[in-house]
Amino acid sequence: MTVKQARLGYGFLSPWILGFLLFTAGPMVASAALSFTRYDMISPPEYVGTDNYRRLLEDPKIATALVNTVVYTALHVPAAIVLALGLAALLRRAGRAAGIYRTILYLPVMTPPVALAALFLLLLNGQHGLLNAFLGKIGVDGPNWTTDPTWIKPGLVIMSLWTVGSTAVLYLAAMAGVPNDLHEAAALDGAGAWHRFRHVTLPMISPTIYFTVIVNTIASLQFFTEAYAMFYTPGSNASNDADAALFYVIYLFQQAFTFLHMGYASAMAWLLFLVIAVITVIQVRVSRRLVHYEGDRP
Amino acid sequence: MRARVLLLAGLLVLGGCAGARLPGSDPGDALTVMGFGLPDEIAKTRVDLFKKQSGVELALSEGKLDAQQFLSAVAVKQPPDVVYLERVEIGSYATQGAIQPLDACVKERGVDVSAFRRSALAQSSAGGKLYALPDFNQVNLMIVNNAAARAAGVDPAAFATGDWARLADLAGRLTGRDGGRLTRIGFDPKVPELLPMWARAAGVSIVDDRGNPHLDDPGVVEALAATAAMVRAQADWGDYRAFRETFDLFGAKNPYVVDQLAAMPIETWYLNVLASTTPDVDITVLPPLDRQGNPYTWAGGSGWAIPKGARHPDRACAFIASMTSVGSWVAAAKARKAGLVAKNKPYTGTFTGNRLADERIFAEVYEPVRYPAIARGVQVALDLQDRAFSHLPSPVGAEIKKAYEAATTRVLLGRQSPRDSLAQAQREAMAALDWRR
Repeated sequence: MTVKQARLGYGFLSPWILGFLLFTAGPMVASAALSFTRYDMISPPEYVGTDNYRRLLEDPKIATALVNTVVYTALHVPAAIVLALGLAALLRRAGRAAGIYRTILYLPVMTPPVALAALFLLLLNGQHGLLNAFLGKIGVDGPNWTTDPTWIKPGLVIMSLWTVGSTAVLYLAAMAGVPNDLHEAAALDGAGAWHRFRHVTLPMISPTIYFTVIVNTIASLQFFTEAYAMFYTPGSNASNDADAALFYVIYLFQQAFTFLHMGYASAMAWLLFLVIAVITVIQVRVSRRLVHYEGDRP
Repeated sequence: MRARVLLLAGLLVLGGCAGARLPGSDPGDALTVMGFGLPDEIAKTRVDLFKKQSGVELALSEGKLDAQQFLSAVAVKQPPDVVYLERVEIGSYATQGAIQPLDACVKERGVDVSAFRRSALAQSSAGGKLYALPDFNQVNLMIVNNAAARAAGVDPAAFATGDWARLADLAGRLTGRDGGRLTRIGFDPKVPELLPMWARAAGVSIVDDRGNPHLDDPGVVEALAATAAMVRAQADWGDYRAFRETFDLFGAKNPYVVDQLAAMPIETWYLNVLASTTPDVDITVLPPLDRQGNPYTWAGGSGWAIPKGARHPDRACAFIASMTSVGSWVAAAKARKAGLVAKNKPYTGTFTGNRLADERIFAEVYEPVRYPAIARGVQVALDLQDRAFSHLPSPVGAEIKKAYEAATTRVLLGRQSPRDSLAQAQREAMAALDWRR
């Protein structure tokens, strides 16, 4: 590559580089600096050393918010992956109508998150919601999904599955890339549908599954919009759930924009960054044993 | 200081690069107002009157005041000239120095501060200085569903809220059930949000005049225990709240009409809603009673303030003085009445933070509506205006609110006793106060 080509390349890259520096790297550096200050947006930031980080350890709501977030992630990610796999496997059998079903499956993803939250507040209402009405028909007395602290997170997981179509479409594309030869060979060896799925399809699409696990995990750890719209907007009786819906990013948002503790909120953001980094590293290590790559590992 | 300079430089670079104007910044020479729109005749008439009298152009940034937008604008020294805000927010903004005292402004403009309601002024002041001029004033009323009360053998007009033990018993009797499901709430004390009102009935203010919280005061503990007993007499908290969330408060099938509710305290604006949607609704409006049986109420509302660093403080002062003046309110009330009459809807009055404006509006503009229950409600609301209490300002008003709401919820869920829960809330609020100071 010549110097001229390199410059041209950087020239084309410059919009992204500029955007990254201004809108990602810059705020990250500012946030790191602010995390060592007390700052309410009006008075100048006051250097407080590691006070904010020490306070993280003393604040009981940090533990509550982290536990809520991890529990939600632990429920949501497997549920979303399994459901998406099932839907994708079904769609593979749809033949010529697959295109229509694929579109239908993806449509819910287009629902704005706040509208989704409003919709599910009605559907999940423990007294007069449709979900409990359905459960009642099969003899199950449904819980108060939106008001009983025990059931709030499962309720939110049910809601989150509304947008599982995006993951299912990825799996569908990955399944289409699995060579038929492998299925035929397995069938000749006597493998049934389940064994072909388990021992041929899953390993072949494992890089895609791995990707969606990572992406879904990070998104779940940053879960905010729907829960905030359901439980923390004015008039939604914010604290009535005894913090069962207090996810980490919601608490961070409250500290920053309700209480104006910008320094503390910045420290919280860096703690979340650390948590996500650790979980991602664990996932990467585990993936080395579970993810199958044809050819060289990327 | 260096960090602040770097931050401000970063924000300015971002603003410059995006070619964008920061929220609240000044388009030209117009007076910029944040948090205020023109949704109805009341707002439009007052704004038009100011523009006509002053010749000043306005640039309105509509929608509820966004704390982040506002404080960012103040931080980068591009604040709006005026902010329209909930009065409960004034204490925090005043302590932070985001808004400026109005004492010189009201003196210069000759604003008669004594004309404003006592509770509204108390909410608008901090550290002995006035930081906002009150705009609307909302007081809580007790609205009783007559049919439900009579069916339980209760005279709606005698629905006394001062005897808490009796109220809990009454709440249980008025509750409706169909199998395991609630069909009617007997009495909704509106906790956690109205816990301060119940504490006030016991003579306790959860915040003192220096902004310090007193959430563990025995009177607050008593109020929380009593209101939790009222809820428990009716249902488990989860069922209760889930059922309450099904209410269509603003529609023709509101909980009074469809018999989902026997009684609850609610602010004055709800009379307008009922008059507009279901004016024939069979209700009785009563004043809330304190423990001694005397009428009292809890008030809130909005106000006008001038941010620190506003570019046109004189015009801003003229604007807020005009918007809260008697003449402006009366003109707005007339326009509102005309608008409603044109739609064949009753006008139920306009309740402001300015006592003299209310006197003129109810003497010259308001005519008792032909729906007796609503008309009686308007009179009750009017009588209560000077008996109202409100949140006193605190530097940590938001944290105090979160603390007592969470404490109430813990009790309603049966996880803590009222005493322990409020002791925890007090510790949380004091920690926030220490941190802020």
